[in-house]
Formats: sequence, C-alpha cells, structure tokens
Amino acid sequence: MTKIWVYAQYGVSFLWPVDSLAHTLKALENLMRFWKQQHNPLASRPSPSTGEERVKVCAQTPVELLTSTALIWVILTLTLAVAPHTNELPVWLAPAFFIIAAWRGGIAIWQQPLPPRWLLLMLALLATAGVLVSYKTLLGRDPGVALLTAMTACKLLETRGLRDGVVLVFLGYLLVMSNLLYSQEIPMVAYLLAVVTLMLVSQMLIHRQHAGLTALAPLRLAGKMVLVAIPVMLVLFVLFPRIPGPLWGLPKDAYKGRTGLSDEMEPGTISQLIQSDEVAFRVRFTGAMPSPKQLYWRGPVLWGFDGRRWTRRDELPSQTPVPFTPEGPALDYAVLLEPSNQRWLLALDLPASLPPRAGMTRSFQLLRERPVNEVYRYEVRSYLQYRTGELTSSERFLGLRLPSKSNPRARELAEEWRARDPRPESLVNAALALFREQSFYYTLTPPLLGFHSIDEFLFRTREGFCEHYASAFVFLMRAAGVPARVITGYQGGERNEMGEYLIVRQSDAHAWAEVWLEDRGWVRIDPTAAVSPNRIQQGIYAALADTGTLPFLARRDGHYAWLRQLALSWDVLNIRWNEWVLAYGPDRQKEFLSGLGFGTVDWRGMTIAMVATLSSLGVIFITLRWRSRRSRDPVVRAWQQFCHRLAQHGLARGLHEGPLDFTERVIAQRPELAKPVREIARLYIALRYGPVHPSMAVRQLQRQVRRFRA
Amino acid sequence: MFTALRQRFEAWVTRGQRPARDPVRLERRRIYILPTRYGYAFAALLFVLFLWSINYSNSMGFAFTFLLVAIAHNSMWQAHDTLLGLIIHPADVEPTFVGQDAQLRFRLENPDPEPRYGIALQWRDQPPSYVDVPPSGAAVATLTIPATQRGWLRPGRIRILTRFPLGLLQSWSWIEFESAALVYPQPRGQRPLPAALPNSAGGGLHEVGPGSEDYAGFRPYAPGDSPRRIAWKAAGRNEQLLVKRFTDQARPELWLDWALLGDDPVEARLAQLCQWVLKAETESRRYGLQLPGVRIPPGQGDMHRRRCLEALALF
Repeated sequence: MTKIWVYAQYGVSFLWPVDSLAHTLKALENLMRFWKQQHNPLASRPSPSTGEERVKVCAQTPVELLTSTALIWVILTLTLAVAPHTNELPVWLAPAFFIIAAWRGGIAIWQQPLPPRWLLLMLALLATAGVLVSYKTLLGRDPGVALLTAMTACKLLETRGLRDGVVLVFLGYLLVMSNLLYSQEIPMVAYLLAVVTLMLVSQMLIHRQHAGLTALAPLRLAGKMVLVAIPVMLVLFVLFPRIPGPLWGLPKDAYKGRTGLSDEMEPGTISQLIQSDEVAFRVRFTGAMPSPKQLYWRGPVLWGFDGRRWTRRDELPSQTPVPFTPEGPALDYAVLLEPSNQRWLLALDLPASLPPRAGMTRSFQLLRERPVNEVYRYEVRSYLQYRTGELTSSERFLGLRLPSKSNPRARELAEEWRARDPRPESLVNAALALFREQSFYYTLTPPLLGFHSIDEFLFRTREGFCEHYASAFVFLMRAAGVPARVITGYQGGERNEMGEYLIVRQSDAHAWAEVWLEDRGWVRIDPTAAVSPNRIQQGIYAALADTGTLPFLARRDGHYAWLRQLALSWDVLNIRWNEWVLAYGPDRQKEFLSGLGFGTVDWRGMTIAMVATLSSLGVIFITLRWRSRRSRDPVVRAWQQFCHRLAQHGLARGLHEGPLDFTERVIAQRPELAKPVREIARLYIALRYGPVHPSMAVRQLQRQVRRFRA
Repeated sequence: MFTALRQRFEAWVTRGQRPARDPVRLERRRIYILPTRYGYAFAALLFVLFLWSINYSNSMGFAFTFLLVAIAHNSMWQAHDTLLGLIIHPADVEPTFVGQDAQLRFRLENPDPEPRYGIALQWRDQPPSYVDVPPSGAAVATLTIPATQRGWLRPGRIRILTRFPLGLLQSWSWIEFESAALVYPQPRGQRPLPAALPNSAGGGLHEVGPGSEDYAGFRPYAPGDSPRRIAWKAAGRNEQLLVKRFTDQARPELWLDWALLGDDPVEARLAQLCQWVLKAETESRRYGLQLPGVRIPPGQGDMHRRRCLEALALF
C-alpha cells in the first residue's frame, strides 16, 4: 500500500507512462491498419462511392496541434518550476533538463521534426537508470522529484498536440507542489505564485490555438484570476477542516536534510550543530523574558552510556504532566518550532503543562504523538525554580549504570573523591572545581578522542566543547555513586528587539547534566559554566576564542552588524508568517476558531462556517457582477433606459434594429413622440459612434431620457 | 446507445425552442456548463495535491491546492460569462453543389465593453472553429457543413461553445435558425450539350454575352442587365438607359430538356442537367431549362444560371 501511495503521489510515475502508452498504442493501431490496407486493399477500404468514408473522416477529430507560442510558454514555465530544485537534484539532472527544454524550444521555433520514438524511449530509460544509480532507489521524496523532473523532460520531447500540452501543465503544477516540500519560506512562496500565474497563461495559450492573442492579454487575465481566487483560497485555508496527517506511511527520506538535535550524543555531535545558524525555534513570552542564564531549553534526556556515546532511553510518555513542586512564579510562552523530524518539543526547565497531542516522560521531556514536520506552534507553562519528587529504583539503577571496563582512570578519580567526602554536594563541587581550576579549555575544534573518551579528555587533551564536559561530569558522578544524566537541548537565544521575541538557532545547541540529590531532587549542573561562564551569560560568540568557524548569524562582532540587523528585521516577518500561516494546522485551526468566540469547534462546525462564508462571498460577487453587467458606459445605460421605457409601451427594439431604424419605426407608430425621440436618437448616435464624448452632451442625453414619457 | 441518450437529452433541453428567424441573444437559462475531460483530470490532480498536503502537513501545499480550486471555480464563471449576452445573427449562406462544403457565416456580436475569447460554433461532431469577439464589436464564425443532398440544407441545432479560459470547463448553448443553405445537384454526366433547335422561340436573333461581336442596335435597360453592356455614351443623349444588343447567328439558343435524358434515374438526370447549365454558361450560350412542370425560358447571365440551378435543386 505504502509503495503504491509513494508512486501515486509523485504523479509522474503514472501520468507520463500512461500517456505515453496511449500514444504508443495508437501508433501501433495505425501501423496495423496501414499493414492491412497494404495487403488486402479491397476488404478494408470502404468503397469511395458510398458516402460512408466521408462521414467517418468528418467524425474523427484531428489532433489539435500546439502553436509554437503556447509551447514556448509551457517550456519557459516548466523551466522556472524546475529551477529551485537545481540543488536538490542529482548534478546531472537539472542541466539535462535545461538542455532538453532548450532543444524542444529550438524545435518549436525552427519547425524541426521531433526526435524519433526510439530515442525518446532510450532517454526515458536512461533517465530512470540515472535516478536509480544516483539514489539507489526509486521510492522516496528525492528520487520521486528527480523522476518527476526527468519524465517532464521526456514528455517535452514527445509533445505535439493539445493533450500533451495539458499533461505538461499538470506536471508543472506537481513540480510547483514538490518545491513546497523543500521550502515554504516567503520568497519561495512568492516565486511559486508567479510561476503559477505564468502556468495559467500557458494553459490559456494551449487552449487558444487560433487567434493572434498576444501574451499580454492572457497575462492580464491570469493575474486577475489569481487575484480573484485569493479571497476564496483564504476562506478555504482558514475554514476547511484540516485532517492531521500523514494518512499513509511516508517515504523514509520525506524530511531528509533537517539539522537539529539527535537522540544520541558523542564527542563532536553538538559542536557540529553549532556550525549552523538555522533557526531551531522562536519563542514569545507572555510576560517578561527571563535572563539568558535561565534559558535552558530541555531536549532529549540521555541515560545510557557505552564509554563514548550517550543514548536516549525509551520512556512511555504519560498523558498528564509529571508532578513536581514549583518554587517560583510560572512562566507562560509560545514556541514556534521549525520542522525537526523528531518527536520532542523543547521547553524550559521544567515544563508543567502539555500541548495537545503530546505527552511527558518521567524525565520531564515533552514528546509529541508524531514527528514535527511542519512549523508547529505550542504553548507551555514552565517553572524555573522547582524541586522534583522521588527517584524510582529503576531510575537509580539507570542513573548509576556505567560500562564495566571503560575509562578506568576517571573511575579511580571518582572513587578517590568519594573516599574523601561521600556527600553528593561535595562530589559535585569537586568535579566543578576540577574543570575550573585545572587548565581546561572551551573550544569548537577539540582533538579527536578514542574509546576511553572520558579518560583521554580528563587527563590528556583537556580541550572540549559542552558535550565533553557534560559527558565527563556525568561519568564522574555516576562513578562516585551520585545518580546523574545528560540533558541535551539549547541554551540562551537571541532576543529580537524589533518583534520582542527570542530566536534560538542551532548554534545555541548545548548539553548539560542533572544530578539527583536526596533533598532537592534532580538538580541541573552545567559544567560548561565552570569552564566558560560567558557561554551561559552571553552566548556562544563571547565564549569562544576561535570565532572564525561560527556561522555568520551567530556572531556578535562589529563586522556587517547592519546586515545582521537587516536579518533580524526580516526574521520579524518570518515569525509572523510562521505563526499565522505555516503553523496553521489542525490544532491551531481549532484554537483560532475557538478564539473567535465560537466555543469548541469540530469539523462539522468548520464545514458550516466555510459554506456560510463562501456563500456570502458568492452573494457579494454576484451582486458586484450584476451591477457591472449593467453597462458601465453612461451613454449606453441612458439608451437602454430609453428603450426599456418604449418597450413597456409595446415598442420593443429588435436585436437587429439599429438606433435609426428603431426610432423611425417608433415615429411611424407614435408620430406625437417624434421630437423627443429624434433628439435622443441624435444625441445617442453622436455620443456612441462619434469621435468625442463631451460630458455635457452625456448629461443632456441623460436629462432627455429622464424627461421622456411615452 | 450513448449517442442516442445524448440526442434525447438535447431534444429535451431544447424542447421549447423554435428555430429562430431573428438574431438570438444567449440568456442565462439556456447556457449549460460541464467539465471537459481535462477538467475531470484537473479534479483528480487537485485531489492528489490535497492528499499530498495532508500527508506532509504542508501548509503552503494546502494554500496552493485551495488556490487552484478557487481558480477552477473562477474559470467556471468566466466560461459562462463568455457566452452570456452574446448575440448571434442568422447565417449568411452562399449556395453550393452536392459534394462541396456549405459555408455558413454567422455574425457574433458582443454588446459589452469586454472582449470575449475563444468562442466556437460546432455542427454535430465536427471540430469546432474558434473566433474572438472584440469589445462592443462583432466577429464572423464560419460553420462548414458538407452538402450531401440537393435541396435546402438545414443545419438544425448548432452548438455554440467555449472552453475559455483554462479548457477545464465547457459552456455551451444550442441555437437553431430558420435560415438554410441551398444545395444544387452535383454537376455530373458524360453527355455533350444537346444540339440547338434552329426554329425555337425568338427566331435567330438573340442577345448573347460580351464575347460576340455582331452589334445589333439598342434596347431599353431592364433590371438584370450587365452594367458592361449599358451604352454609357448613348445614356448622355437619351432620357433612359440603353443597352447594346449583340447577335450571334452561329450559336443558336439551347433547350436543356429533362425529356432528352431518356430513362436515366432522376438524380442522374438532374446531375446531367446541372452540368449542362454550367457548361452552357461558361460557353456563353443562351439556354432554357425544361423540367416536368417547370419551364424557364432561354436566357443568360448569373441571375438566369441561379434561377435554373435553383429549379434543379428544388425539383
């Protein structure tokens, strides 16, 4: 089922072969007929004397050919639709598409014959093989788009008639859609809207084979169609009941290429993420924004350790928030999470409420039912000061577990500390003092570590990034008998003064530790803060000496500050776009409609609202149309009024009667009306068919008609 | 089966309509609209796009799908408006011969200040031919109908249609006019022109075409005379117009007689007579036509030829 669906959604895979098959069958049929006629001329040819053959010829509709203008428009718009894919497609495909498009354009301009069918078939096979070699599969989003592009190119080369043109335009719509799977940002959407408008022009030109309509008129018409369609589109967008997807399994690579946290951590994981200045999420606070050092955005909680790599534990999320004791004021905020293809939702330590369709694990991690693959907005309440509850026995077991034979020297050190002072608080302080007082360095480019990564880091290299410190700290605590775990997430963020919200980028990714203390529960300890307090208070840029490797938007130096300022203004627009447009899914829709005062709205309510709004739009539209149907020209309107008045007295104007014939007839029947009728006719003819329109004369005509009594 | 159903439907829909004599204005209640096969394919495409949007939770995908829905809906109105209010004038027809195509030229008038694009007339299942009608103007749409039978060719119900703007929907209406095309018999037959009768009515002195050279004085002008034969110089001297007379003693007038064709079948006789008429005319002969019940006295020229052919067509 999934496979069929994957094929079906890439349209191509069906549209082209089916169409091509139809072509081939027809060609075969013609060949057969020809062969039959050659070998048995008497049997199959109808005798010329009976009119039968003639009727047959008439009944058969000939192939309506595409004009070269229409074809060139189609080629142009398809090229524009493929262009944004250039980076995602295999290297050879986009240039191949452009070459074939140019080739077909040349054929259209210089009226050359189309390439033979065998060449086309070979190209199609070659393209499929190419996609297969490039991706090792034909299933999936990327191979699907590649196949769509390749088959569109092949279809171009066999395009001859009207139907081929229509298939091409439909493929074009699919290409536009496929672009939206990669980017829904404002510039892309604006670009695609322009492409759709041009595609409408192509579609108009395809169906208008005859007259010498210049490109300008359809362009105007298409622009008008899009403008008129936008209100209806908005109503549908807001009110059409949304179904939470996906309906079927998606291909594995459906959301490939998303950077972000993963549910594993080993040396290098986070420092790699730091290289990206992509936005991870944005946050709007209901009240005042807390200070940067309080902003610990909780992501995956890692329990398992194999000596080098930390892994997440599969915990069953509960449908209610996990209880803890708040010790400070509540903080409410809304998070706009960018697609991450992961289930976790980020929240400040510690979250106390649940967004819809999400649960919370005992490690205070928010998990959604399905991965976040759209811009997702959710509201959370957090308490920055807290005290957590009891530790279960399994948690104690997991929080102390270490691989038996790894990192012996670190183990030794921890045993030593424990022998000196077994209180957990002093063990924590001992570890932090180690980082603070010995010569540890905070760097983005630490030396590589081997299997005993903790030992090597603690006793040899002493250069590391937050994951090194968190990992070493938790290891030491566990070895010393204090339950501990690694938390990954983000720390801090950039405040956008223009829109009063916080931007958290991938470059704010961070890892820290939590230890369990008997009387306080889980307590956050950030060993990085011991090494580099600046990282926590001022962000990554202030903490690093080698800032050259940081991405542009994560820097805070004076170079191109205006450009960063510009980027921030642009980001204000983006957060609005994300909040109101991209995050508008099933949940947001319900929230929005309830917010309008409709109470809880289900799909029935939405359907009713949608139908009602559309009908009222329709009524407005029809009224406007009716008004504009009554001719806009005051001269014509006055004349129509005059004719109407005469028609009420049995003197209706025939459609074939011009104004002169008509008035003559009226005068013949009603001689007493001769004077006003003549005058009106004279004015009307002068105004309607004469060269100038003096407004005084128009008013005179209107006055005459008003006074006229039949 | 399907065709029969469709014909019955058409008959039912147009049951109240009489063939029109005057120009017809297309009103709302006689304009129909249905998707074309591309329209159905487009609907399927929209469905795929919709499922695609759901599956990827793609917000802009929904917006794009809804935009196309709105555009398709808008194109429905446009297809309807393209026909609404259009005025169709009865056809202007030239007579044709059996075996040729009759050309019916309909004038389409647009009373509105907006142009109307892509309007076509269609007769039965023949491919439609499209025209654009300029704002507050008119255009001529030509309907080509093969003439298969002599006599009056009534095209019957004609479909006026448009697929403007996107080809997704077709709006159409049926119109029927009283006007008909006259179809002459097919000029066919191997027989030579019949021999002239030397002592037929009118003696030996007949007017003939401009090819003959024997000038024989003037006679008063009568309607139907060729302007080339009017004696313009003499007109200046006289009260009335005079026409030059020519005689051709060597080429006496012909009688194209039904009876000459013996036992041939009726249509073959008419075809032969038709061919004779055309031949006599090109050879600039004076000829008369004799059919059972019809007798056209000898004459010559376009009007005469037309009169003879008409008699043959309607026999």
